[in-house]
Amino acid sequence: MRSVKPLFVVVGIGIVAVVIGIIVFLISSMDSPAMGEEKDQMWMITAKRFEYSPKEVTVKKGIPVVLQFVSADRLHGFTCPSLGIRVDIRPGKVNSVRFVPDKVGTFPFHCDNFCGSGHEGMRGTITVTE
Amino acid sequence: MRIDRRDFLKLTGIGSVVFASGLGGLDHLTNTAWAAEDDFFFVQLSDTHWGFTNPAVNPDSTGTLKKAVEAVNNLKIQPDFIMFTGDLTHVTDDDKDRRKRLSDFRDIISKLKVKNMRFMPGEHDAGLDEGAAFKEFFGKTHYAFDHKGVHFIVLDNVSDPTSTFGEEQLQWLSADLKKQKKDSRIVVFTHRPLFDLYPDWDWHTRDGAKAIEMLMPYSNVTVFYGHIHQEHHHKTGHIAHHAAKGLMFPLPAPGSVPVKNPIPWDASQPYRGLGFRSVEAKVKEARYAISEFSVKGEKL
Repeated sequence: MRSVKPLFVVVGIGIVAVVIGIIVFLISSMDSPAMGEEKDQMWMITAKRFEYSPKEVTVKKGIPVVLQFVSADRLHGFTCPSLGIRVDIRPGKVNSVRFVPDKVGTFPFHCDNFCGSGHEGMRGTITVTE
Repeated sequence: MRIDRRDFLKLTGIGSVVFASGLGGLDHLTNTAWAAEDDFFFVQLSDTHWGFTNPAVNPDSTGTLKKAVEAVNNLKIQPDFIMFTGDLTHVTDDDKDRRKRLSDFRDIISKLKVKNMRFMPGEHDAGLDEGAAFKEFFGKTHYAFDHKGVHFIVLDNVSDPTSTFGEEQLQWLSADLKKQKKDSRIVVFTHRPLFDLYPDWDWHTRDGAKAIEMLMPYSNVTVFYGHIHQEHHHKTGHIAHHAAKGLMFPLPAPGSVPVKNPIPWDASQPYRGLGFRSVEAKVKEARYAISEFSVKGEKL
């Protein structure tokens, strides 16, 4: 029986270690936030003539926020100028916008795609806390 | 039609505001009245919002447009044509009501002496059905026409509720402009402003910058629009943009209040903030004299 050269053993162990490391990293990044980070703050909002539900959203500063919108009837819009975010809310799909709030306060949002007689009153607020 | 200089001065008055649309632009703003035999003028009526009801905002909501029609008919010199820059009717979610309002509006303005009328929709007319009902009554939502040496372009930034022209209309605009000389006299009518006047209040056109970019190579371009229910003047480069008052309710100045709502009726100053304008075109000099009138036809 031929003996295995020490160099091959070292390389083999190294490759196995790298593969295991990658697998561990991928699993950890899927199941939990990385060290020092927190999970996205998720909100699902339904838009319909002429309101958002919920129309008041509270999030924490510095942590990523994902707002997901569905429309119950027709095309709507969402814009929050103070936070610099907007998205078209098209029926039949989930419409998302992701942002990191960088200031504390209560910021109004409204529909910016003309949707009918109550369009001007289709409003809500995002409150960002520490 | 030809305008006698003396009659024209009576009509517009010495206080007419003259805007240059050429390279000199508003730097040449003067209070000088001028007229020549080949001058012509048109009247711009905007944001009549037929069907709107709120007595706290306008207790004469069914009479205001009729008064304006009478005032235009009483102008000593009748305009060559009348341009309606959108929101002919107030929005309704019911398709039948929308057509009823458009029909009523058409009946009322049929009393105008001048039969050469041009129309475009506002988002209240066309935003919910992509302009379908409007087209049944008034035809195309974007088009061009020529009048006495001026090329008029009517653009539609309302039938798409996302406040956009869209690529198809922009391509049409590009093709239309290619037929013009670089110094052609060009007047553009839109409902929403082409530029970002105040996007938070939907006072913009999302792809309006593309239209402005196409217009920039042309040295004599002026834009007249509505939507914001107040007189407003702005320049993007050498292109002047003039917003007209409405004929149902005034709106606050851009960004002056947290929430945009109609300005309540002031019984001590009825119809304040409402009115129409005449625009006198000096074709050779590519200049436009704007005169503002109250609902009752008093020159302001």
